[in-house]
Amino acid sequence: MTADTDTDIRGLLDDLYGRFHYDFRHYAMASLRRRLAAAQTRYGADSIAALRSRLKAEPLMLTTLLDFLTVQVSEMFRDPPYFLALRTEVLPLLATYPQLRIWVPGCSAGEEAYSIAVLLREEGLLERSFIYATDINPAALARARAGIFETARMAQFTANHRLSGARTSLSDHYHAAPGGALMDASLRERIMFSDHSLATDSVFSEVQLISCRNVLIYFDRPLQNRALDLFHQALCHRGYLGLGIKETLRFTSQADHFEDVRRDVKLYRRRA
Amino acid sequence: MSAIGTLAARRPGRDFDVLIVGGSAGAFVALRSMLPALRHPQLVAIVVLHQAPNGADLAHLFESVAGMPCVTVEDKLPAAPGAVYFAPSGYHLLVERNGTFALSVDAPVNWSRPSIDVSFDSAAEVFGPRLMGVLLTGASDDGARGLRTIAARGGLVIVQAPEDAEVPLMPTAAIRLGTPDGVLTIAQLTDLFGAWSGTAERRA
Repeated sequence: MTADTDTDIRGLLDDLYGRFHYDFRHYAMASLRRRLAAAQTRYGADSIAALRSRLKAEPLMLTTLLDFLTVQVSEMFRDPPYFLALRTEVLPLLATYPQLRIWVPGCSAGEEAYSIAVLLREEGLLERSFIYATDINPAALARARAGIFETARMAQFTANHRLSGARTSLSDHYHAAPGGALMDASLRERIMFSDHSLATDSVFSEVQLISCRNVLIYFDRPLQNRALDLFHQALCHRGYLGLGIKETLRFTSQADHFEDVRRDVKLYRRRA
Repeated sequence: MSAIGTLAARRPGRDFDVLIVGGSAGAFVALRSMLPALRHPQLVAIVVLHQAPNGADLAHLFESVAGMPCVTVEDKLPAAPGAVYFAPSGYHLLVERNGTFALSVDAPVNWSRPSIDVSFDSAAEVFGPRLMGVLLTGASDDGARGLRTIAARGGLVIVQAPEDAEVPLMPTAAIRLGTPDGVLTIAQLTDLFGAWSGTAERRA
């Protein structure tokens, strides 16, 4: 791979935007390069240029290509200390609102959104809460809406959940179904999974908490700034923002608009 | 070993200015003895170790013994010279062309996240001949292909001598896949680091 490959990658991203309105032009190049190399192997394309011509000839390939470009590997209650901090430091304050609105951008297959729904139920807030979970990948959104996780993953999810200060057993919130563990309908009906792009769309609602973890790491700085500007607009007065444990506002244009709530778990609060 | 003479003639800041070290089982102990010798203000040092999930912060564990400041990488951190950067547990560590670090939670590679291959490939892509790669002890073949990429992009590659490794699988896999510029013991690597750092101090 050379700098020429980067030029070809940019060409492919231009096609994706021009023809399909998927905007990956400001995704972080290091990960894109790796993901597209995996896609090349999958489609038997010997170069990015070949992948590009193939996409031109077979637009239906977009669906599977999107999985290569967007899907990250998540877990329910990934980083339990983060969820413990939400439980002990954020939800007690959010409980003072008559209605809670939460946004999970880049929700992928829904692990994070369902984790928050379980957390809200355990804290007695689910009935008056609503979670907007958004992503650009329709296949991932469909998986998230279905709310089914492979049974083999549940042991890890359960272990994480227990460390998050759980008040119930995770198994109280799902039951066995064909294809795996089906999250309760009462959780699913509090989450709206919908299409939204942090690269091209604008704010759609005011929310009190945004939980966007390990999504911004795939963006370059200008796109990170754009997304964080949306978050700033969407958050209510003194609303909360949670990022991934190794993400930081430090190198972004929004650093001054937020203050630390819990530095160790990257929990921030919108400044007045 | 003749390789050590050739290698000792190389200089950080002149022949290469980025060092990347990968390892797994046994590598923590090996690094504990090597890192104190490494003090070089022109060098970016990157360390990728496999470790258990929820493991302790590596930079914190090395801080007291290392000769350079130790940092656990956060997304978009610039790779400034004069420090040792550690891949955080649970993330792949990559480098962007603008010299900042990037992280990903893409699927594990070789059952590992961080994967040494991912970091070696990415660093080779960005730094080319400016890079020196070192693969230490480990019970996996992660890192072997990445080391080959570093060599292919003009970088310098060193493998821990299998007979010196706590678990020889990782260095053996690397030697089988390509011919490293040096096969050294931890003691030799420590001496090499010390020699380079001495040069840096005299120059300073």
